This record gives sequence, C-alpha cells and structure tokens, in this order.
Amino acid sequence: MAQPQALRAGKPARPVCFQQVIQALGRYWGEQGCAVLQPYDMEAGAGTFHPATTLRALGAKPWAAAYPQPSRRPTDGRYGENPNRLQHYYQYQVIIKPSPPDLQELYLGSLAAIGLDIADHDIRFVEDDWESPTLGAWGLGWEVWCDGMEVSQFTYFQQVGGHDCRPVSGELTYGLERLAMYVLGVDHVMDMPFNDPAAPIPLRYGDIFNQTEREYSRWNFDSADTEMLLRHFEDAEKECARILAEPALDPRTGKEIIMAHPAYDQCIKASHLFNLLDARGVISVTERQAYIGRVRALAKACADAFVLTEAAGATGESAGEAA
Amino acid sequence: MPDSRSELLLELFSEEIPARMQAKAAADLEGLMSKGLREAGVGFESAQAFVTPRRLVLHVAGLALQTEAVREELKGPRTDAPEKALEGFLRKTGLSKDQLEIRDDKKGQVYFAVVETPGRASADVVAELVPQVVRGFPWPKSMRWGSGDLRWVRPLRSVLCVIGAPGVAEVVPFDIDGIQSGNRAWGHRVMAPKAVREAGFEVSGFEDYKQRLRAAKVMLDAGERGKKIERDAKKLAREAGLELVADPGLLREVTGLVEWPVALMGEIELRFQALPPEVLQTSMKEHQKFFSLRDPASGKITRFITVANIASKDKGAKIVAGNERVLRARLSDAEFFYNNDLQAGLEAGLPKLEAVTFHNKLGSQAARINRIRDLARLLAPMVGADPALADRAAALAKADLVTEMVFEFPELQGLMGRYYAQAAGEDAAVAAAIEAHYAPLGPSDAVPNAPVSIAVSLADKIDTLTGFWAIDEKPTGSKDPFALRRAALGVIRILLENSIRLPLEAQFEAGLAKHPGEGKLEDVAADLMRFTADRLKVYLRESGVRHDVIDAVFALGGQDDLTDVVARVRALQKLLGTEDGANLLAAFKRANNILTAEEKKDGVEYSLAPDVKFAEEPAEKALFAALDAADKAVGAALRKENYPQAMSAMAKLRGPLDTFFEAVVVNADSPVLRRNRLCLLHRIRESFGKVADFASVEG
Repeated sequence: MAQPQALRAGKPARPVCFQQVIQALGRYWGEQGCAVLQPYDMEAGAGTFHPATTLRALGAKPWAAAYPQPSRRPTDGRYGENPNRLQHYYQYQVIIKPSPPDLQELYLGSLAAIGLDIADHDIRFVEDDWESPTLGAWGLGWEVWCDGMEVSQFTYFQQVGGHDCRPVSGELTYGLERLAMYVLGVDHVMDMPFNDPAAPIPLRYGDIFNQTEREYSRWNFDSADTEMLLRHFEDAEKECARILAEPALDPRTGKEIIMAHPAYDQCIKASHLFNLLDARGVISVTERQAYIGRVRALAKACADAFVLTEAAGATGESAGEAA
Repeated sequence: MPDSRSELLLELFSEEIPARMQAKAAADLEGLMSKGLREAGVGFESAQAFVTPRRLVLHVAGLALQTEAVREELKGPRTDAPEKALEGFLRKTGLSKDQLEIRDDKKGQVYFAVVETPGRASADVVAELVPQVVRGFPWPKSMRWGSGDLRWVRPLRSVLCVIGAPGVAEVVPFDIDGIQSGNRAWGHRVMAPKAVREAGFEVSGFEDYKQRLRAAKVMLDAGERGKKIERDAKKLAREAGLELVADPGLLREVTGLVEWPVALMGEIELRFQALPPEVLQTSMKEHQKFFSLRDPASGKITRFITVANIASKDKGAKIVAGNERVLRARLSDAEFFYNNDLQAGLEAGLPKLEAVTFHNKLGSQAARINRIRDLARLLAPMVGADPALADRAAALAKADLVTEMVFEFPELQGLMGRYYAQAAGEDAAVAAAIEAHYAPLGPSDAVPNAPVSIAVSLADKIDTLTGFWAIDEKPTGSKDPFALRRAALGVIRILLENSIRLPLEAQFEAGLAKHPGEGKLEDVAADLMRFTADRLKVYLRESGVRHDVIDAVFALGGQDDLTDVVARVRALQKLLGTEDGANLLAAFKRANNILTAEEKKDGVEYSLAPDVKFAEEPAEKALFAALDAADKAVGAALRKENYPQAMSAMAKLRGPLDTFFEAVVVNADSPVLRRNRLCLLHRIRESFGKVADFASVEG
C-alpha cells in the first residue's frame, strides 16, 4: 500500500483562481490515468448524469474518466445573492472501474494537487450513503470533510439503473465552487476570481454568472411555461421508450445497433424537465414520487439497453480485446 | 487447556467504518469469534474487541494452542434389533459395523460407538473461523468493491492475524477473497512516521501491536479516545473560563471519527451570539459535530470545540480557521432564517398550516389546531389554567412548524415557537406552553407543570390519541408509527406527576366528538381507556406496582380518574404487603370460594341481606358487628378519598374473619342458618368490593 506520488510530494503551487482549481484536478486525474473528458452537452442535475458515469458504471469493461460537469438545480437559485447557493454550478467528477484499492489515497493526492496539504488540514471520511432515486442508483461511501467542510462525495456504486455494478466503480464528486472558495479563501462565490487576478482582464465568478443566476432564477421560479415543460417531459418519455422499442438490427447498415445513448439523452431531458417543473411549484407532494418513478423507469430501460452493447462489454470478441 | 502465555490477535483493516456502527461491530466480532472458538473446543481466558474508524480488532488472551481430544460414547440399538435401526445408527455416527463395540446391557447385547475426535491446532480453527466470521458479519449495510464478491462495511484492505506467545506470535495463514492474512499493520493515515506510512509495521503480539500503533499515532481503545477528548475539551473550556455543554451522543460519534483525537477551540463571532443558544448548539452539532462551550455568567454559547484527527504542524491554526469559516457560513444561514422568522411573526405562519397535512384522514395542521384549542379550553378549568391563555397557547403551538428555522432544524420545534412568541410579546405562560406542550418526549423527559402548558399538552395528546382511534390506526405489536403509546404515557405522567383529578374517559369522548369515525363514540372511548389503563400498568410495573393490584382497582368499574386509581392501588398494595393484608386476602378468598361454589351448586345468588337474628355463634355475631363497623369506617374514609385509612379499616376485619372461619360451619344442617351464612359471605364480598376487586388479586 505505497502512497501515490502526490501525497509524498512537497507543497504544490497553490491555485489562485477558480479555473486553476479545475485545471489542477484535470491534470492530476489525467496523470493518474483517467481519460479527461469534457462536460456532457445537455442540462443535467449532477455530474453523475453524464453517460460517462451512469452508463459506463454498468457492464464488465474497465473504465476511468474525469471531467467537469455544469450542474443545474433550478430550486437552488437565489438570484445570485446567496454566498454559496446557485442554480447552475460545477461539479468535478471522477469514475474508475473497477475501484482501485488505493482510491482513498489517490483522492487525498488530488487535494494536495489543488494546494491542500493534508498534514495541515483535518480530513475526515464521514458516513454518507448516496442514492439517486431518479437513476435507480445507490452506493455506499462518505462525504469528505476538510476542516469541517464537505468538499467531496466519495461513493462505491452498488447499483445503477437497477443493475448490480460488477465490477464496482469508485466515484468522486467535488463541489467545485465550494472547494475552490475554500482553497482561495473567498466567502462569497460571486467574489471568487475566475481567471488569474493578475490577468489583463481579471474576471470574477460574478462577472460571468451574476447575470445568468438572476435571469434563470426568475425563469425557473416564475416564468417557465409549465404546460410546455409538461409536454416536453411527456415527449421525452415517449421518445425514450420508442427508441428502445426499435429492433436492434439497423436496416441501413445491416448491423446490430442498440441506441442506448440517444434513449438516455431523453432520460436526462426528462429528469431536468422534472426539476424545472418542481421549481415552478406545480408538482404536489404526492405527484413528486410518481414523476421520480417515471424518470427512474426510463433510466432502468436505458441501463437494460446499454448492458447489451459492445461498450458495456456484452458482444463477444471485440469487447474482450478492449478489456 | 488455556495457555496463559498464548494469545490471538486479529485486525480487520478497512476504509472508514461509519461511527454509528462501530460499537456494535466490536461487540459482534467479540461474540462471533468467542462462540466459534468455544464451539471448536478452543479454550481461552478472555476476548476483547477494539474499534477505530479504520480497524476492527480482537485480542484473545490465555489461548490454548491445541484443542482437547474429545472421546464420545454413543449407545446404539440392541444386536437383535432390526437391520434398519443399525443402519440408522451407522449413518449417524459415520462408522462401519466392525468399528462398533458390543457391550452387555441389562436387556441383552447392545452396540456402542466410540467416537474419538483428536485435538487440532487452534491456528487451524482460527484459519477456518475468521473467513467465516468475515463473510457472515452482521453489518447493518454492507458493500462490494473493485472486482471482488466479498462484502464488508467499506473496502477491507488487509487482515492481520497472529497466534502464539507474545513477541513470537506467528501468522495464521488464510485467504479471504484474495486478501492474504499477514502480520502487517498500518498506522495513522497522515501522522504515522514515513516508514510506517509506506510499508506498515510487523506485529508479533498484542502489546507490541498496541505500542507500535500508538507510536504510529493511533489510539486503539475507543474508551481512551473518548476520555481524552472529554478531558482536553474540558481543559480548553476551563482555561477560557467557559463550561463544556455535555453531549454523550456527540462524544460517542466523534470518538468514532478519529484515530488520534486533538481537541481544538474556535471562536463564534459576536454577532451570532444574539441567536438563541439552542440554535447555535444544534447547528454546530448537526452540521459540524462541534461541542458547545457556554459562558456560565451569561448562559450564552461563545466558543466551540472541534475534534480533529490530526496534530498539525501549526498546532491546528489552519484547521481552526477553516472550521470558523465554515461555521460563519452556517450561522449566517441560521441568522438569516431567524431574522426572517422574527420579521414575519409567529402568527404569519398560521394560514400556511392549512396546507400542511397532519394525516390524510385527520386533516390539516390548521384543523388539528382548532381541535386542540377546543380541548385546551375544556381542560383548562380542570388543571387550574386560564382558558383564554390555554386557547391562545394552543392556537400558536404549531405555528413554528412553518418557520424557516424549524424547516432547517426540525428538532427545534416548540423551542423556536417559544422564542418567537416571547419576541412577539405573548404572555409568558403562552410562550412556555408552546415549547412545553410536546413534553414528555421520553420516559425520562420532564413533564410540563405549569397549568397552561398542562392544558395544551394534554389537549394535543388527547387529540392525537382520539384521532387515530377514530380512524382505527391503533398500535399493533411492535408497530406504533404514530407514537401513540408515547402519547398515552405522556397523558398518564402529566396527570399523575401533577396530581390532576379529572375523568379521562369523558375527555376522550370530547376528543372523539371532533373526529368523524365509524364506531360508536362511547365504545371507542372505552377502548381507548382500556389501552390507557394497559399503558398505566406497564408504567406502574416499572415502579414495582403489581399488575393484579391495578386490575383489582380497575375491576371496580368506572375508574377513569388515574390519580385516584393510583392512590387506591398504592394503598392496596401496601396493605397486601402486611401480614394482616395477606391473611385478610386469604379470608376473603375463602369466603368468596365457598360462596361461589354454593351459588353454582344451588343455582341461586345469595344476595339478600343476612340477618343478625339468625346468628348463633359468638364468632358469627362478632363478624356482623365488625362488618357494620368496617362498612361505616371504610365508607367514611372513601368519601374523604383517604385510601390508607380505608385499608386499615378493612384490615380490622382480619381477626373476626379468621375466628369466624375457625368456629363456624357455613354449610350448616339447618337450611335457614346455611342461607343466612351464605348471605353473610355475600356481604363480605360486597364490603371488600367497595375498595377493590379482591378476587383479581393473586395469591
């Protein structure tokens, strides 16, 4: 159980702005062998929704990816006024399958990489079991505390889309704004330097997001057309089911092409539309469970489809090679 | 034979075990291993388990290195028994026919099997037992990791298992899902010396393990960690002129989060000290796992203690600064909620309660409040409260449920209501009742004792009980989702501890009248009264009161004044504890048995008044006189509700009754005498029956 390099290394250069924190995490996880991906190009509630996590946690093929993901939580909007609540924020997501035996040490190395020397700080792994009712997913793990602040979620996936994870993926989620504010010693998110404060045009987080927070807060809470959102939810639900009902054999190419990813896009859409409807306050307490159940049914159907694909390691020789 | 010099050391080293699961896990490891060793015939003197966030450890001392050989003799069928019996015996023993011995028995020749199990090395037993215990470990929740199938609470990283004499203990080799047992241990994740962080250290016995572990900055014993935290926290508090707010639950939890506890003290900004101290305490405990430090002069919470898992180079400066910053953000939220709530006012929440469902068959919280107000006004005169204040307190009692602070911290319900009511200038009795009406929450929680608080608390509980009784959602077996047993116990304790006199069944009827229900109101109220009586029995049993004595009082009928019931019960139990009482009971039972038997035989009731003119024997006449005197004295005492006095008047019957049964034959030859004497027995039954139903008393 030797410690990874970063743990033994001396003090790394401390980031001076938000983007350097993101870059440092990308560089570190890239050095640890992860494919450093880009955010998924759809509105999602969390980094977990990226197919690189949700779908790739399924099946037997090894996988290692890291990426930032803009995350939208319409009900958390505070018109840009709350020091640490936003309806749009960033998560940094790392997923490695099978979970390596030194994942905790690798994680601690990532803290060192963004300037948190673990000999100076109190790092604690506090029980926190993760569950996503909309994804039919759960896992056991911790929230990681640094000097009393939750800086990451650390989860060993046990089930996704109703499927047992075999092998198990280790998943790390960093709340980027909160972590960066801590590292940079900033009290209000809008005051955080986004690029280097010494740059010719220094930009703070608020310069970029104050306007959007205000606009989206208004739209999320009061303006979004709920009838349209409802219609789109139902369309996404229908399209997801329709896609998955298509026969696997593609008439044009004569090949087997299961369309798990396009179907899953519709599931992500439905999930976000549900969140918007929730923020508009048009979903009653009793209806809530029913909507969550409908999204979960989509996620499960997509998972059922994905495990039959080559990417999941399902089809014969080619999958064997990749593994 | 246990060998006082040999021992077993087992360490299951994993990623962080949830704090709340640690104590039970240690007990389970000790229990399962001890049981397994014992069943395999491995002798040992003691077993003790230890737990830290990252390791579950067992030390077995005085361990026998060999199990003893066991010789067992089994008697089989007779040699002339059918072949099938012999086959069965061979199957059972696993022997063949020529391995059996034939011995002479009284009835002939019998097969005997002599099974000898040779002693085994204890190490072999352990090598089989540990994987079995690990695989079947009763974690409340367990998981898989990596590519394996093994389940543990979090990934199991290494297993240390050595056996033998301390200092020379050797590895017990086994494999659990690819984890090979060894003699290597790891220290504190950050603070262990570099060499240990990189390669761990080798262990040759328990003392050696404990010492090296300590050198690697791990305190193995949770008790020691807890004591250190408490001692250091108190010292820091004392030095700052403050006192530590004791919190055993938090201490247990924090002890389970650290291997090397370091208590650090931080400041709370002055502006947050305007918040109610309970808000600071709750926010700090729930979110940050901080202990609160109180200024004894002002009662305010002015600082906090956080327990770090590291002694950092800068003596905790960065850690404290970080924790203070996190706390500032937290308390800014709390302050924001508090100010919003104060600005809105408590009454502003009332309309919102219409939209809050209490239970789908029992309506909204607003509807519930209206019912509680009616009940509180009704109860107020009976408990000495001003009905107008009781009404006001009931109206506001649940208003804090829709405040921002209680939404954030549900455990502050009631308390925030009190603060907000005080701020709004409500009567002090009203504010106090808003907080106190939830009490008592547990068997050891204090009951409200101010009249307005009592009225609202009783009204709240009676509404809950009658509501769920009306919709037939009573507790069954171990299921009591609406905590109705607790509500009934609350009613009981409030009445008894405040010596309140009131007809409870009538209050149940008043409560039920507000709930549309299926059953007949009186029947449902009577059923709820029986339930309450049962809870009373359970409650009194804990203070040593006999259930049959309670039955004897309830059997009088119409007993729904619990304070009165308990006074009778206590007086009766005291009487029964004396020699007079025991003999009196025996005499009553004798009279009652004879009477019951004769009435059954004759098919009549001897309920006419006996006539003293048919009394022949002096003992008989004396009993008439004694009964007259007792009836008079008991009647007078009962009217004054002086139960001890009534009991001592009853006790005076003992002598006359004993003499009567010695001297007089009840079943006399003369039918007139016999009937009169049976009627006399009936009168005895009636006299006793005014105090309690003695037939229900056991003994």
